[in-house]
Amino acid sequence: MKEKEAEQVDAKGSVKRRSFLKWSAALGGVAAVSGAGMFYGLRPVESDEPVSDKVVWTSCNVNCGSRCALRAHVKDGVVTRIETDDKGDDAYGNHQVRACLRGRSMRHRIYAPDRLKYPMKRVGKRGEGKFKRISWDEALDGVAKSLGDTINKWGNESVYLNYGTGNLGAVLSKSWPTGSTPVARLMNTLGGYLNQYGTYSDAQIDMALPYTFGDGWVRGNTLSDIVNSKLVVLFGNNPAVTRMSGGGLVHDITQARKNGYAKIIVIDPRFTDTATTLADEWIPVKPGTDAALICALAYVMITEDIVDHDFIKRCTVGYDEESMPEGVPAGNSYKSYILGKGKDGQPKTPEWAAKITGVPARRIVQLAREIAQAKPCYISQGWAVQRQANGEQNCRAVSMLPILTGNVGVQGGNTGARESGYGVPFAKFPVLENPVKTAISCFMWTDAIERGTEMTDLKDGVKGRKKLKAPIKFIWNYAGNCLINQHSDCNRTSEILADDSKCETIVVIDNFMTPSAKFADYLLPATTNLEEDDFAPQGFASEMGYVIFAEKVIEPLFESRTIYDICAGVAERLGAGKKYTEGRTREQWVEYIYLQSRNKLPDLPPTLGEAFKMGIYKSKNPGLPPVPYKKFREDPENNPVKSPSGKLEIFSKRLWEIGKTWELPEGDVISGLPEYVPTWEGVSDPLKKKYPLQLIGHHYKQRTHSTYGNVDWLKKVAPQELWINTIDAAERGIAHGDEVKVFNNRGAVIVKAKVTPRMMPGVLSLPEGAWYTPGANGTDKGGCVNVLTTLRTSPLAKGNPQHTNLVQVEKA
Amino acid sequence: MIKRPAFYIDMDACTGCKTCMIACIDKNDLPDNVLFRRVTEYAGGDWVRKSDGTYEQDVFAYYLSISCNHCENPICVRSCPTQAMHKDENGIVSVDHNKCVGCRYCEWGCPYSAPQYLSEKGKMGKCDLCRDYLAEGKEPACVSACPLRALEFGEYEDLVAKYGKLQVVAPLPDSSITLPNLLLTPNRNAQPAGSRAGKIRNPEEV
Repeated sequence: MKEKEAEQVDAKGSVKRRSFLKWSAALGGVAAVSGAGMFYGLRPVESDEPVSDKVVWTSCNVNCGSRCALRAHVKDGVVTRIETDDKGDDAYGNHQVRACLRGRSMRHRIYAPDRLKYPMKRVGKRGEGKFKRISWDEALDGVAKSLGDTINKWGNESVYLNYGTGNLGAVLSKSWPTGSTPVARLMNTLGGYLNQYGTYSDAQIDMALPYTFGDGWVRGNTLSDIVNSKLVVLFGNNPAVTRMSGGGLVHDITQARKNGYAKIIVIDPRFTDTATTLADEWIPVKPGTDAALICALAYVMITEDIVDHDFIKRCTVGYDEESMPEGVPAGNSYKSYILGKGKDGQPKTPEWAAKITGVPARRIVQLAREIAQAKPCYISQGWAVQRQANGEQNCRAVSMLPILTGNVGVQGGNTGARESGYGVPFAKFPVLENPVKTAISCFMWTDAIERGTEMTDLKDGVKGRKKLKAPIKFIWNYAGNCLINQHSDCNRTSEILADDSKCETIVVIDNFMTPSAKFADYLLPATTNLEEDDFAPQGFASEMGYVIFAEKVIEPLFESRTIYDICAGVAERLGAGKKYTEGRTREQWVEYIYLQSRNKLPDLPPTLGEAFKMGIYKSKNPGLPPVPYKKFREDPENNPVKSPSGKLEIFSKRLWEIGKTWELPEGDVISGLPEYVPTWEGVSDPLKKKYPLQLIGHHYKQRTHSTYGNVDWLKKVAPQELWINTIDAAERGIAHGDEVKVFNNRGAVIVKAKVTPRMMPGVLSLPEGAWYTPGANGTDKGGCVNVLTTLRTSPLAKGNPQHTNLVQVEKA
Repeated sequence: MIKRPAFYIDMDACTGCKTCMIACIDKNDLPDNVLFRRVTEYAGGDWVRKSDGTYEQDVFAYYLSISCNHCENPICVRSCPTQAMHKDENGIVSVDHNKCVGCRYCEWGCPYSAPQYLSEKGKMGKCDLCRDYLAEGKEPACVSACPLRALEFGEYEDLVAKYGKLQVVAPLPDSSITLPNLLLTPNRNAQPAGSRAGKIRNPEEV
């Protein structure tokens, strides 16, 4: 395709011709992305030229559970260097929010060669990634027409906002939660859209743990509180990578380590970066078997009588036959189940669990005693434990340990849930109300395209309706890669999306030609957060809340536009312009939100301009680390939790009822107790004869999920590789650095092998988020784990069991 | 003036995150094949499978973030035939590009791989402790970047007073070779110098 002349676009986000020519010096091929030689703002290594004429505060807004401050050096309108928070003396509680390697690579992210430049429209088959350049007017007219037609023909419930966390931390350009985004606001002015519940991060725990604790979101003690703990046990929790910010949780741990005495034990199939440096001991456990390990720990505690009877009696139901809810047959209590007096007749002994988990029985006995005797003991879980086919069971099981040992509601203890943080209040961008109340699990959108109107409440977890009213016909995919890369079974998903008679329109709004972008019908270039004013208020640290005032660093590149302006353009074309903008420009909204926030935080600078100069506002927790459920623990009668019994429900009658009424596929279990449930593609599935290795997909420092996955610097310092144990590799003649093929019935991935003793034998890990790059035969060369994951959901949350996979590996 | 500039690594805090590497790459605009600072992963240990399907293991692993140690007895300086590689008045081992001919002898000599060949220039490059930052009263980019505050920069004497003398851990070379201005606090995984218990597990990255 011949490159078009640069066009003057007479609209918001127009490009000055001079700048355009400066960036596009090396454009070639398809007008979508530039070839090699994209202008990177390089300077000679030893030049004496000053690198900047100004330094601007901005932020990194990705979905890592933190939020970091960046200081961008700018020269002649080009970012030349990235630094991070350098304020103050770095004293803990007012410490610097130092960005991790990803934020520090921002310069190569915004100027990456695959940056989207103009609005484009699909030519050829959906998913092929062939596009033609169109003008913004053509793009917005086309999107508005498709959207209007879809609403008229299929109704608002056929329009879906796909999950996306590429700009999670922002206020105005927020991409998650989907219901709080500018796209949601647009749809709410047009009659609404099909809601989603759950997340790809924590669907199972989010759904299941409240059945134990009664709350909508079960909080944990902060990680700073481990300074008060005697023992810390982390199940599948790797904050050294999943919470990397130097302002956040990993820093909280090192601080607490310096000032406390807690021994830290990491339970994980992989010897993680948390285990190498921040922990004292690693106990490897097979994926999906945490609940079996916990049942055996409970067996030791119960038989050796080292449980906290007082706490259990005062604060829980369902522990023994005396404390069961009415109407449940005998033999269903936790104690009966553990001791083998329940339905299955199997005592959950350490020897029983050893065979399942791979943890020696002797170590299980010792660990049970250690946990029961350490007062207080901090037990928490990352979200790997619940991202399993039996994830709802696993996460409730972890919380049994603090419940049995009475560590809930005390300083230095925890609920078994993930750690909380300390935050400051900040105004939100209002998105109006969605008149539609129907919701699906965010993991089931491919089902909703395929068999939408067959989906029901009892079979598929549809909420707000007995049955879906319409299949998904129109998808908004803003700042997300769940259209293919972060969803599951890429090959199957690709087939579903390729059929444009099913889902008729897909609009992708992003910065780069991501694997998801290739499935767009309309592909719209959005500004990165360095090209717009915004705020990043979701700082997440134990003892310090903060807000980053992220000023526009450079003018929007090429023809990119803010998501606000894109949505305003669509709203205008569908007669909802006024309703959408309320007469404000984006700049005026920024001002408005800042002033609203000053009402909540009066000591913010008086003007937005001063806030931008200030860059970051920090506020230290004035008190002790907060302790969730403290009041309840002290006086459960007068401070009940929100469960039906008012107490912590070891046996949940609500779950028990659901287990009896929902229509579940063979093998799926929803039970009143947190049990160990062997699952499909788990440790004991006969499919292991064909695919003998379990595969998980850990979070990796190279990327935040798939964000930053295209940055050359990061690929250089942290290449994508399959973790394989030395024994498994030797059996297959695989050496470190070999290209290997990982495969199962769903697909195959070619990737380099990292042969290491840091992985448990029998288990592989392929870091999640690498960009799906299918070759001619469908084999992925990008190292994308989701080629191998399944669209089958977990039983209760209908969530993504992305760590439950059986595979084989061989030399490629 | 600095007398004896030195780096300190707290191995109890370094999780191998590599933020130091990116900060260095960005600050120095390093080309593709050049890294002034590298994070080495050293790991070892064995697995024994028991008859009941359980495992015993003694796996260990740790990271070392190493740049130029601006040694007291720098091999690179000794092996440079043109005197381009020199220790300047602040103790910073530096390359004079007016003299460097890109023969790469320094690179072969240095046990820390500190001098790196800049192919576009045909000359050597290396960590200069962010001399410009030091002049502004700032720390080197890698140090102020470290999310876990595992890296420190200062006068050798001050750091020794704080942390004691260098205890070399595997796979670092014997410190008597170059007298590196490097100090560290070993963590629980650290293996003694010369140990064969583990190996570098990311050779392609360093």
